[in-house]
Amino acid sequence: MKNNKLMKWATTWPVIIYSFLLIVLPLVYIFIISFFQSDSYGGMNVTFTLKNYLMLFDLVYIKVFLKSFLIGGLTTLICILIAYPFSLCLRRQSEKVQSLCMILVIIPFLTNSLIRTYGWIVLLRKEGVVNSFLKSIGLIEESISFMYNDFGIVVGLVYTLLPFMILPIYGAVSKLNNSVLEASRDLGANGIQTFFRVIVPETMSGVVSGILMVFIPAIGYFFISDILGGGKLMLIGNLIKNQFLTARNWPFGAATSIFLIIITLVLVKLYKKTGGNMDDLGGI
Amino acid sequence: MKEIVRLENISKCYVKDKYVIRDCSLSVYEGEFLTILGPSGCGKTTVLRMISGLEMVSGGKVFLDGEDVTEIDAVKRPVNTIFQNFALFPHMTIEDNVGYGLKMKKVPKNEIKRRVKEMLDLVQLSGYEKRKPSQLSGGEQQRVAIARGLINKPKVLLLDEPLSSLDLKLKKQMQLELKRLQKKLGITFIYVTHAQDEALTMSDRIIIFKDGKIEQEGKPKEIYHHPNSLFVADFIGDSNILNGTVIKKTEVFTVIRLVNDDYVRIKSKEFELGDKVSIVVRPEDIHIKRKDASNWLEAKVKDVIYNGNFTRVIAIYQNQEIKINTEVDEEYHKGDIIYLDLDENWVTLIRGDNL
Repeated sequence: MKNNKLMKWATTWPVIIYSFLLIVLPLVYIFIISFFQSDSYGGMNVTFTLKNYLMLFDLVYIKVFLKSFLIGGLTTLICILIAYPFSLCLRRQSEKVQSLCMILVIIPFLTNSLIRTYGWIVLLRKEGVVNSFLKSIGLIEESISFMYNDFGIVVGLVYTLLPFMILPIYGAVSKLNNSVLEASRDLGANGIQTFFRVIVPETMSGVVSGILMVFIPAIGYFFISDILGGGKLMLIGNLIKNQFLTARNWPFGAATSIFLIIITLVLVKLYKKTGGNMDDLGGI
Repeated sequence: MKEIVRLENISKCYVKDKYVIRDCSLSVYEGEFLTILGPSGCGKTTVLRMISGLEMVSGGKVFLDGEDVTEIDAVKRPVNTIFQNFALFPHMTIEDNVGYGLKMKKVPKNEIKRRVKEMLDLVQLSGYEKRKPSQLSGGEQQRVAIARGLINKPKVLLLDEPLSSLDLKLKKQMQLELKRLQKKLGITFIYVTHAQDEALTMSDRIIIFKDGKIEQEGKPKEIYHHPNSLFVADFIGDSNILNGTVIKKTEVFTVIRLVNDDYVRIKSKEFELGDKVSIVVRPEDIHIKRKDASNWLEAKVKDVIYNGNFTRVIAIYQNQEIKINTEVDEEYHKGDIIYLDLDENWVTLIRGDNL
């Protein structure tokens, strides 16, 4: 009995201390400095101010947020449009094919995403693989700019985040009961009607958790827009990074981070409202 | 009688040249309660799915109400299916579940509402409109599934082992309920099951299926009392099978010699002298006598099982177990010597190839 208790302490406390030191404390620190005043030398004055939060409503930053949401939203939408047909096709295949395909979806995770993003430069740049190919088959005369613009960023984001959409949607779709789909067909619903009236509502929790796992990183990732967007486009992630590393305005960077956390919490709340299970997100 | 479903030499193979169903022809008549009965894996569900269009035939033709629907998908066929696991839409209310088919047909909203109410009344589920399937018991879900099928006024309602997941008491109740609904609405039911008691209780006609082929068809009584093969005799109800040879024929009777020179006289003219035959006799068609007489079979009681409304006596005759049902007030004990008299009116002869 005593041993058991000791065991419990020994196993839980390191985790608690770890999370406290490396997650809770930094967050508290970020929260506190978001109310501080920055000075012109990159330092902070310990005075309470809401200036950093008010600055978020500056037109320049509102534009950054809107653009981020647009890019993030577009990325999420494209991921959904790819993940659904993929999952619906896959569920009809043999189990062998299914697990093979899912392994293929997951394999890219084994490589660093920064390096994979650099890989896209080889494909997308002016003299890159795609342009050379299109030229060689005579489809285009002049090179097309696939990168250093929004297109490049969306391609990079979709590529990096697609597995996070496929996994939950496939998870939900593979749990669909075959006879429920047959019942819909039997009652006179064609494929499209069955999709929107039965498949979508039945797999909604998968879609919502996919949205969470794609949209939030999409507005927060900075390296993709740095590399494939050429640093021209500022997303929330870039904004935060710049405030901390370049502009050295930590209080404003902190306020922006808190803002991003609030957006995340709102989305998680919505997810729970649709009946989503936190465990499906890896447990938050 | 009007023919509502006609299957013409249909066959089905999933893998090339491996037939699940081969050359099966079948007619179903309007207003009939037809049961396709067979052991699991005999292809009976496949036949049902080919009528509904959820499965396409590999060969042959399917007619619905005189119209060739062989190439038409399930979406467009005027039949509905009740699935084994009910297959209700979990995210929809009962009302939306039942009204689904009408909604697909673009029936006006208030008419859907009226007909859903009517249907729920019929299956005794009024007041359940706003509930979700998960809030209902198995029997209630079953009734929703039936309402969801019947509301579309299908030409035929196909039922795929719909009672198999219910407990025994509910099963009995639903059997009567289904029969009542079928009689009331006059809709043709094709019912697939492996449970012979369901088939005997509900059906107007039974089709016994084995290895993708029709083994026998007929009214429940015919099938029960006059099985035409050992498979059917064994599959439907309890039966005792005795092997023998025809040794004498008169105007009305056939006399058969059993293995140990016992003789049995049976009302039949089908077989010739010297034919090997199997005698099929139901437990309730054997009478037990205390004293010997000519052509009674001597047996020894092995077990007596009280069964409520009858007593099952298991006796050993020539190393073979014979099951007999008797009146409850007769008392037998293990080891008693008894004499068995087969009721000559209810005995069936089958050509024996097993001697």
